[in-house]
Amino acid sequence: MSDSAIAAPRRRRLSVAGQAGIALVLAWAALAALGPYLAPYRAGDVVNVGVFAPMSAAHPFGTDYLGRDMLSRLLYGARYTVGVAMVATVLACMGGIALGILSAVRKGWTDSVLGRAADALISIPHLMFALVVVAAFGTSLPVLILMAAISYVPGSYRFSRALALDINAMDFIEVARARGERTAYVVWAEILPNMIVPLLTDFGLRFVFVVLLLSGLSFLGLGIQPPNADWGALVRENITGIYEAAPAVLVPAVAIAVLTISVTLLIDGFSGRSRTMVR
Amino acid sequence: MALVEVSGLHVTAQGDGGAPTDIVRDIGFSIERSEVLALIGESGSGKTTIALTLLGYARRGCRIAGGSVRIGGEEVTAMSPVELSQLRGRRVAYVAQSAAAAFNPSLRLMDQVTEGVRMRGLMPRAAAEAKARDIFRALALPDPDSIGARYPHQVSGGQLQRLMAAMALMTDPELVIFDEPTTALDVTTQVEVLRAFREAVRERHTTAVYVSHDLAVVAQIADRIIVLRDGAMREVGPTGQILAAPADSYTKSLLAAAAPRPQQSPPQPETAEAPLLEVNGLIAGYGRIDRQGRLPMPVLRDISLEIRAGSALGIIGESGSGKSTLARVIAGLLPAAAGTMKLDGVALAPTLEARGLEELRRIQIVFQAADTALNPAHSVEHILSRPLAFYHRLSRGEQRRRVRRLLDLVKLPMALLDRLPSELSGGQKQRVNLARALAAEPALILCDEVTSSLDTVVGAAILELLAELRRELGLALMFISHDLATVRAVCDEVMILYAGQMMERGPGGVVMQAPQHPYADLLASSIPELRPGWLDGIDATRLAEARGEPARPSQSDRCAFVARCPVRAGSCETEPPPLRRFAKGSDVHCHRTEQELLAQQSSRTSAVIVPLRRA
Repeated sequence: MSDSAIAAPRRRRLSVAGQAGIALVLAWAALAALGPYLAPYRAGDVVNVGVFAPMSAAHPFGTDYLGRDMLSRLLYGARYTVGVAMVATVLACMGGIALGILSAVRKGWTDSVLGRAADALISIPHLMFALVVVAAFGTSLPVLILMAAISYVPGSYRFSRALALDINAMDFIEVARARGERTAYVVWAEILPNMIVPLLTDFGLRFVFVVLLLSGLSFLGLGIQPPNADWGALVRENITGIYEAAPAVLVPAVAIAVLTISVTLLIDGFSGRSRTMVR
Repeated sequence: MALVEVSGLHVTAQGDGGAPTDIVRDIGFSIERSEVLALIGESGSGKTTIALTLLGYARRGCRIAGGSVRIGGEEVTAMSPVELSQLRGRRVAYVAQSAAAAFNPSLRLMDQVTEGVRMRGLMPRAAAEAKARDIFRALALPDPDSIGARYPHQVSGGQLQRLMAAMALMTDPELVIFDEPTTALDVTTQVEVLRAFREAVRERHTTAVYVSHDLAVVAQIADRIIVLRDGAMREVGPTGQILAAPADSYTKSLLAAAAPRPQQSPPQPETAEAPLLEVNGLIAGYGRIDRQGRLPMPVLRDISLEIRAGSALGIIGESGSGKSTLARVIAGLLPAAAGTMKLDGVALAPTLEARGLEELRRIQIVFQAADTALNPAHSVEHILSRPLAFYHRLSRGEQRRRVRRLLDLVKLPMALLDRLPSELSGGQKQRVNLARALAAEPALILCDEVTSSLDTVVGAAILELLAELRRELGLALMFISHDLATVRAVCDEVMILYAGQMMERGPGGVVMQAPQHPYADLLASSIPELRPGWLDGIDATRLAEARGEPARPSQSDRCAFVARCPVRAGSCETEPPPLRRFAKGSDVHCHRTEQELLAQQSSRTSAVIVPLRRA
């Protein structure tokens, strides 16, 4: 620690994998938003007499079990898969972060009650929870979103609580409190800015989990209902095509894989960066 | 032929994808057999890096890029991993700074001390243990025959440090590297450890390299000193010459910083006005207070003090004495359990919530750890603007102007405004912390070990700045430190804490003069002086005191120092000590009268020096 100014380590740029992740995620977001406008056909139109048609110029991803254009089905489905998962993850993380910080700052019985409630919820497997909720309330978009959000709140809560607890013990929080700052300021200006990078990482991870949960539910036929379909449902609809090696069953499965992998790449890029920032 | 010969040594660090940068360059020296060589320098000077190359080791990311390191004629840099493992721990041993981190908490000490020789099959277990006991005795460890059966947490920090030295000496190495072995210890513990090391080294004619930042410590143990800065050698010479007639300008500045000059304090107007801060019968700690007014975990017991406007009160104490807790209680961060506080004669509430904005503004606190006290996500400008907006409700434009004036006040360049704390050096961070406190325009700043985590020269500059701010702004300071020299340089009044109790309090000039409280006496005589031979002048009685375990704060009203006190009387064990006002102007908590203490202390300075080692 010499008093001469140390050459400031400039914040490093995202790695190549991280950049690829960002590009892919942005592409998926664009597809989700613009899918229906880009699709060559409408999602429900039976456009070809041949079912499980192979890839061709007219139907780049072939056709499904009813002879519908797979590319169009996929593009319409992106809205459900990406959109629903995004809304659910945002809700889950917002709830988790708010409760986590509340727990860390208030401590005492608030922390105990919230902590035990989270423990209880975490002990139920996500898919089990989803099945029970769908069985009780039926399946509809709001139910699916809320169900996914609630089942991922406890994880986000645990993560933000641990983070906030760490930061809350730092001297600069003491300085702010000694200055007479209100808790709201301490949380908003002192704690939150130091949580953003790890929280973004956590958000990405949770998004991947939600995508997989919803796809799994649709695969069981309990998610988005026909004639609409998300990617999980597309796999299920066309499952019989697997014997004919039809692209209709492979393409949506590959799409799910590529989406989750691209988000994971993005997370890796971020967390690598956060490590250099913390030091 | 010299045992160690180093020439043209060059160590580089691999940056993040960039070109390698030099850590140390062009290092050359030799060490004769049974000579002790000291490597002196501040953090980042490369002293540990150089010491580690003698083990043929470079830290992660570093590489010995050139030069030669010869030990007993053999080239260490050319050794194979097998040869290196035979060198390390057997011919060259290493004693690290933190013994607590170097011991495995779940193994007995004896097993760990003898592990090296048993692993190499050098001697059977029984012989190894017998030898270890001999070394324990040589290092003046208590109960040398049974201490090996204990676990690391069952011995004190000073003992653990000596046990680590024992581990290093087990193989009778040709060369021992001591890497800041006493830096983490309290000053009263340090004396004994230092003396044990020196006797062991002398007796065995061990060749040693002693790495330290503390010139006074090195003066006691080293034959020759190398002064390092930024990876290069600045000066080499015998200890006496370096201390008495340094040739290099940097060595001179190090010597100057090691003995800070007393800063002029502004003249104190003698007025009958109420003191700025008045604390009476303060009790604080953790847990809920019971019916008898006792705390389950007390930290401070019955502390009273006064700080007048513009004056500086120094609080001295070792780790665990409650000095930082005192600052936190006054700042309102830890509400006091009992006692009263008054600011300008008006009662000050114990909790932050009950204090008004003006009261909060008038007392500011600056912490020891400069880096964790700054929010890593905020720029310097943001950090300094907040108190201006919070206390003074300044407009954006005024804030910008004031922030620039504040930077000027603490002598930081404007270029730092947009920097994040991670982009500042240690000294710069502490200046930003000070500037943030000054932004409130306080009447009193509580400085909690503000220079302890800084290098000597940087710390001295901060002390100078504080003195200047006091003169210019009429600030009052409560200056907390474990370092007597620092406190004496800065403060008009001094208070000594031990295990949460006030031992002595008085004007800065007289607190450390006889007669004084026995603990103050021990403290004063434990601080290494910047001259060779100081350690030999310490008498055995004093070392016997230092050997005692530091007390923990307890619920008892009795004097906490009684277990280590050389002049304790029967009443010390039963009754709380009275507060005596001595003729020289200080207040002392002791059963002994002024005359008794004076007689004791003067007789002790002429005591016969006996060897440390027990028969």
